[in-house]
Amino acid sequence: MPVNRVKFYQTGSYAVGNRLLDPRSRAVQSDPARTNAITTGHRACQGCGEALGARYVLDAAMRATGGKLVTVNATGCLEVFSTPFPESSWRVAWLHSLFGNAPAVATGVAAALRAQGREDIRVIGQGGDGGTVDIGFGCLSGMFERDDDVLFVCYDNQAYMNTGVQRSGATPPAARTATTDAVGPAPGNAFGQGKDAPRIAMAHGIPYVATATVADPRDLEYKVERAMSFRGARYLHVLVPCPLGWGSAARDTVRLARLATQCGLFPVYEAERGDVVAATPIRAAVPVTEYLRPQRRFAHLFRPELRTDVIGRIQAIADANIARYGLLEAGHD
Amino acid sequence: MTEHPFAITLDVGSSLANRTGAWRTERPVYVNRMPPCNDACPAGENVQAWLYEAEDGGYERAWRQLVRDNPFPAIMGRVCYHPCQDACNRGQLDEAVGINAVERFVGDEAIRRGWRFDPPPAPTGKRVLVVGAGPCGLSAAYHLAVRGHAVTVRDAGEAAGGMMRYGIPAYRLPRDVLDAEIGRIVDLGVTVEQNRRVDDPVAALAEFDAVFLAVGAQLSKRAYVPAGESARILDALGVLHDVAEGERPLLGRRVVVYGGGNTALDVARSAKRLGATEPLVVYRRTRAQMPAHPEETDEAIEEGVRMRWLSTIAYAGSGRVVVERMRLDDNGFPQPTGEFEELPADAVVLALGQEVDRSIVDSAPDIEVDHGTVRVDAHLMTGRPGVFAGGDMVPSRRTVTDAVGHGKRAAREIDAWLGGGTPTPAARPPLATFERLNTWYYSDAPATLRPRLDLARRASTFDEVVRGLDESTALFEARRCLSCGNCFGCDNCFGVCPDNAVRKLDEGHRAGSYAIDLDYCKGCGICVAECPAGAIEMVPEEES
Ligand SMILES: Cc1cc2nc3c(=O)[nH]c(=O)nc-3n(C[C@H](O)[C@H](O)[C@H](O)COP(=O)(O)OP(=O)(O)OC[C@H]3O[C@@H](n4cnc5c(N)ncnc54)[C@H](O)[C@@H]3O)c2cc1C
Ligand SMILES: Cc1ncc(C[n+]2csc(CCOP(=O)(O)OP(=O)(O)O)c2C)c(N)n1
Ligand code: SF4
Ligand code: SF4
Ligand SMILES: [Mg+2]
Repeated sequence: MPVNRVKFYQTGSYAVGNRLLDPRSRAVQSDPARTNAITTGHRACQGCGEALGARYVLDAAMRATGGKLVTVNATGCLEVFSTPFPESSWRVAWLHSLFGNAPAVATGVAAALRAQGREDIRVIGQGGDGGTVDIGFGCLSGMFERDDDVLFVCYDNQAYMNTGVQRSGATPPAARTATTDAVGPAPGNAFGQGKDAPRIAMAHGIPYVATATVADPRDLEYKVERAMSFRGARYLHVLVPCPLGWGSAARDTVRLARLATQCGLFPVYEAERGDVVAATPIRAAVPVTEYLRPQRRFAHLFRPELRTDVIGRIQAIADANIARYGLLEAGHD
Repeated sequence: MTEHPFAITLDVGSSLANRTGAWRTERPVYVNRMPPCNDACPAGENVQAWLYEAEDGGYERAWRQLVRDNPFPAIMGRVCYHPCQDACNRGQLDEAVGINAVERFVGDEAIRRGWRFDPPPAPTGKRVLVVGAGPCGLSAAYHLAVRGHAVTVRDAGEAAGGMMRYGIPAYRLPRDVLDAEIGRIVDLGVTVEQNRRVDDPVAALAEFDAVFLAVGAQLSKRAYVPAGESARILDALGVLHDVAEGERPLLGRRVVVYGGGNTALDVARSAKRLGATEPLVVYRRTRAQMPAHPEETDEAIEEGVRMRWLSTIAYAGSGRVVVERMRLDDNGFPQPTGEFEELPADAVVLALGQEVDRSIVDSAPDIEVDHGTVRVDAHLMTGRPGVFAGGDMVPSRRTVTDAVGHGKRAAREIDAWLGGGTPTPAARPPLATFERLNTWYYSDAPATLRPRLDLARRASTFDEVVRGLDESTALFEARRCLSCGNCFGCDNCFGVCPDNAVRKLDEGHRAGSYAIDLDYCKGCGICVAECPAGAIEMVPEEES
């Protein structure tokens, strides 16, 4: 792993900071002078993973760019909870246009800056999974294909949360949403559909693609910093649990992101020019049930009867990820 | 709203107007729970707190924190049976933190660098007599002196230390270490008078405002062993005392030690060092039932001491003993089998336990003796007001550490009694159990083992067997502490709050330097779930 893991301290570098580390090796999030790109008073739900993920990403980007950053936001929870007129939680240059066009607007901002000779100012486009893998996908693919100088960040909470938890192309199989009822022999979202956006991004051969979660801020910060060291189109896919849409306890947001990685359902890796260059090994392997059980959107897999058949299919997906990315190979710890 | 330039509609960070704290039904509260190590320490050390200081190399801070409870870290680091480590939560993760080894390192640093105790406060004018200069009496003297009382210690022995000097052999506790840590207490202004046996503690109340008895359990228990006229039978304390005085008691080559406690092993290991080729320990019960500390049994066996469990000595004669095999009955008690065996033996040393010399309280009829120990109340006071007692002479586990703990408690009680009150015991916070930790955040790190002195050397000399840690391993070991139930400044709460509602009180990265901004905290509880140490708790709003 490229993240500098300090092994012998009580918490290694898994915690946000450590008084025993020199300040340069601490996470951006441990810095009292961090940007707080999205600040206090926003209207996200209790325990919102998206609010947390956006701050992690943008604070790291602000540090990496020395504050020279413009952010373009798609419609979605992140936009709505941060800017209810007349308030704004943003402490970065931030603009919003539509649900489906954030990658295109970001491309335009980058072009405008280039025209002004201000290529020192960097551009981030960001949106939810709906805005990214569904309605914005054409714009995003074009942005990749043209290799526009934008980092696009998808905050993946696995459904259209802002409008009431409808299924998206990133909703996992068997999950209950407002549009995928937990009824019938194959309850919840169908198997075999949806999109693996990071792999599709990789297929474009762009300079940098990475996945991350809110459970490992140091890894996430490293990937933002790494992304900012490239020019051209880059893509970062961040898993952000949503207590409302997942039916989970607010306090479990970070824990669920962690369990998603440790069961293998959400592989954490990075790729350059289409090839995976590193994957974060699993440190504390768990079966998928550990991850599924605390979420009400999967409750029908456990009650009234244990759906071992469905759980088995989900476990097979996790196992395939573990094999594909070598997640159980000797790690750093 | 003010006039905005083109395309700017909202003010930067203007959401601060929205006090999201109103959404909350529960609030996070920083807590300090009782770490299991502290809970288990008989001397009441705040282990977690001094490890915290040691973690950044602040060994003097660590030492000063430690000696608030126990003035003998270098001694502890050698002879304490470290119940803290048995309780340590890290034991459930990989291996317990080597608390005792770090304690020794810190204690040795203090000696090497000549750190002194802070000078005592202005004298209170109260005078206290401490009878006995073992660990219990010295600990009481120390804790009384740092409260400003004038303390006189009177001890029957040649030199101060009690069983630390005349029982525990030098290969486990070098005398320069003992002298250094006792010397520091004397330097506080405590008067220590040797060769001053006290026979009537009640009479001393004429001269002193309070008396503390800590005369230990210094009489060897006797057991009837049928013996021939020329059999050489010695008692363990006598042998160890002679060795401590630099004499070489005549034991011969084939020494049989009778008993299964630490004293038996100390005698056997000393005998080996004095030239016995094959010291043999004979014990009535099984290995598992031996009161000796398992580590000490291991060390003895490594050094060539042989063990004969489930055996009694039936007869001791000239140059030989007859042992009888025992078997455990259904209740786990040893019963004779009638099978005998003769073994060569130049000397038999009896190590069957120690008793309290009760003559000290003979002159005080209101001081009761019960089952061989002096009866004290919950305040460690005997039946005679103003006369307190502790250590081996009262019911206790009979370890140096328990003795130190009694001394500390007695000082607190005597201090309160002199001031006319009872001490208010510090509230004991709930235990920091393993389940409350978020162990994800701790990296794997197995314990460092203290180097053992080369076997060949220790069989012939009284050099110290267990060596100390060097700086880097001591630091590593200290940093293995999980800081159970207490903040250690990892910044996790500050990082994981989706609402930026955790504030750093200063530059942070320091235990206890965070606060929750209740104007904005929505009460999601992520900080509580993700605190590695379990040092934050959710509390319902209506209760707080
Ligand atoms: C061989 C041996 C090895 C041990 N090893 C360990 C060990 O490794 N770790 C551990 O924790 N514990 C060990 N112990 C137990 C430990 O030493 C005792 O529990 C502890 O020393 C008790 O402390 P104390 O102050 O109560 O009594 P003591 O240490 O016995 O001190 C009593 C003092 O009182 C003095 N005294 C007695 N009568 C009078 C009087 N009338 N007037 C004035 N002074 C008097 C004595 O001279 C002595 O100095 C060992 C004990 C023995 C015998
Ligand atoms: C063209 C268009 N269709 C529908 C909407 C309504 N809408 C706003 S946000 C949203 C869903 C957002 O989902 P996602 O991108 O996953 O973000 P989340 O809210 O989950 O963070 C929808 C359907 C819209 N604003 N514009
Ligand atoms: S619905 Fe989900 S994503 Fe939206 S604010 Fe609430 S927790 Fe965050
Ligand atoms: S990990 Fe540290 S605080 Fe916890 S029991 Fe062990 S030494 Fe004490
Ligand atoms: Mg979404």
